[in-house]
Amino acid sequence: MSNIKEPDPVFTKAIIDAGGKTLDLCYQCGTCTASCPSGRRTGFRTRQLIRKAQLGLKDDILPTEDLWLCTTCYSCVERCPREVEITDIITIMRNMAVKKGYMADQHKKIGASMMKTATTVPLSPENSALREKMGLPAVPPMAISDPKALEDFRTIMRKTGFDKLIGGA
Amino acid sequence: MSGKFGFFLGCVAPLRYPGIEKATREVFKALNYELVELEGAGCCPAPGVIKSFDEPTWLALAARNLAIAEKKGVDIMTICNGCYGSLFDANHVLHEHPEKLKEVNEILKDIGLHYSGKTKVRHFAEVLHNEVGMERIQAAVKNKLDLNVAAHYGCHFIRPSKIKHLDDPERPVLLDELIEWTGAHSLPYKDKNMCCGAGGGVRSRNSSLALEFTAEKLKNIKAAGGMYIIDVCPFCHLQFDRSQKDVKGYDIPVIHLAQLYGLAFGLPRSDLGLEAHEVKVNL
Repeated sequence: MSNIKEPDPVFTKAIIDAGGKTLDLCYQCGTCTASCPSGRRTGFRTRQLIRKAQLGLKDDILPTEDLWLCTTCYSCVERCPREVEITDIITIMRNMAVKKGYMADQHKKIGASMMKTATTVPLSPENSALREKMGLPAVPPMAISDPKALEDFRTIMRKTGFDKLIGGA
Repeated sequence: MSGKFGFFLGCVAPLRYPGIEKATREVFKALNYELVELEGAGCCPAPGVIKSFDEPTWLALAARNLAIAEKKGVDIMTICNGCYGSLFDANHVLHEHPEKLKEVNEILKDIGLHYSGKTKVRHFAEVLHNEVGMERIQAAVKNKLDLNVAAHYGCHFIRPSKIKHLDDPERPVLLDELIEWTGAHSLPYKDKNMCCGAGGGVRSRNSSLALEFTAEKLKNIKAAGGMYIIDVCPFCHLQFDRSQKDVKGYDIPVIHLAQLYGLAFGLPRSDLGLEAHEVKVNL
């Protein structure tokens, strides 16, 4: 049994085609890893993730928790001497992971909240009362309080297949 | 009238910290701006999660918000780095990629909307700094705030600087200046530019990791003598405000810049909605 991994150029090309055209510019200097606040506290190594993407090691990327430890803070992007669009490349790979069904339950819940109210967070009765106390409408004038707008919002999510992606909310 | 903007509320401000929304309305009224309602707008949508799940959905939902503003003939003003990140970046993508704009309009057609790319997206802090300016702001300050505070820029206000061009991404001054114009003192502190930890879907998926970021920032802010944290993003605001019960040993109130300006402009405290804050603000 050899543990040598086979590069998969098809996966690499899929990242590039989805907008990760700067992926091949990375020459592994490590400025990104050194700049990463998440890598300071976890085993996540930005440089390694980008190298794996260049090699197309999709099974080492898509199912892993590492892919989700980036807060998208752009510190690495600001400092990359090759102007690799690291955050965008991570986003592309996250999209691929979700398509393959790798999605945390907490994230599915946020998707379901979007389908339900067109917002990521709920409005509590306390905050609704506070709004009124300050002379604001109890519910803000957004899709959450406008049935037609809410339906329009959902129509978009159905059209893009987002409802199925998050488990048919 | 100094000007008008379509006021994009976002989710966290109106639903969790409505004082941020109220203070913004009052501050801009005091500066003689008209804030137009963008009725029916939805989530920006949150870049760290929705864009991470499915970029085409993120782009189409953002375009819907941009189209709502375009139809009203106003530019968008946001009070949140996340909304700014989503709407500004989506707008940039749609400008750079005409084929994506076409695809998005195919989707929008179904709901009777069209986006032609006219809407500009502004962050309220950048409007205050670059458009209202120091003189008019200092003239509006009735209540000089003699406080030592820690500015937290957050990630998606200045960065990525390649498309935003607002300030130096490593050593920004914009927010510090806005704070100093109220009479408050904006402190230097270690790793000032660091993320709060909440973004990118990390708060929801891995709250303990997000908390480690926040704890580090709190430690550095306390070491520098920060009495308050001043933010320009309701999501960072939420992270700092709600995390202090889990990170022991801190009691640093968190104030959004709109609320700080409300205080400085002499608004009644009842217009700041401080009741929603977990770390009590005694000012």
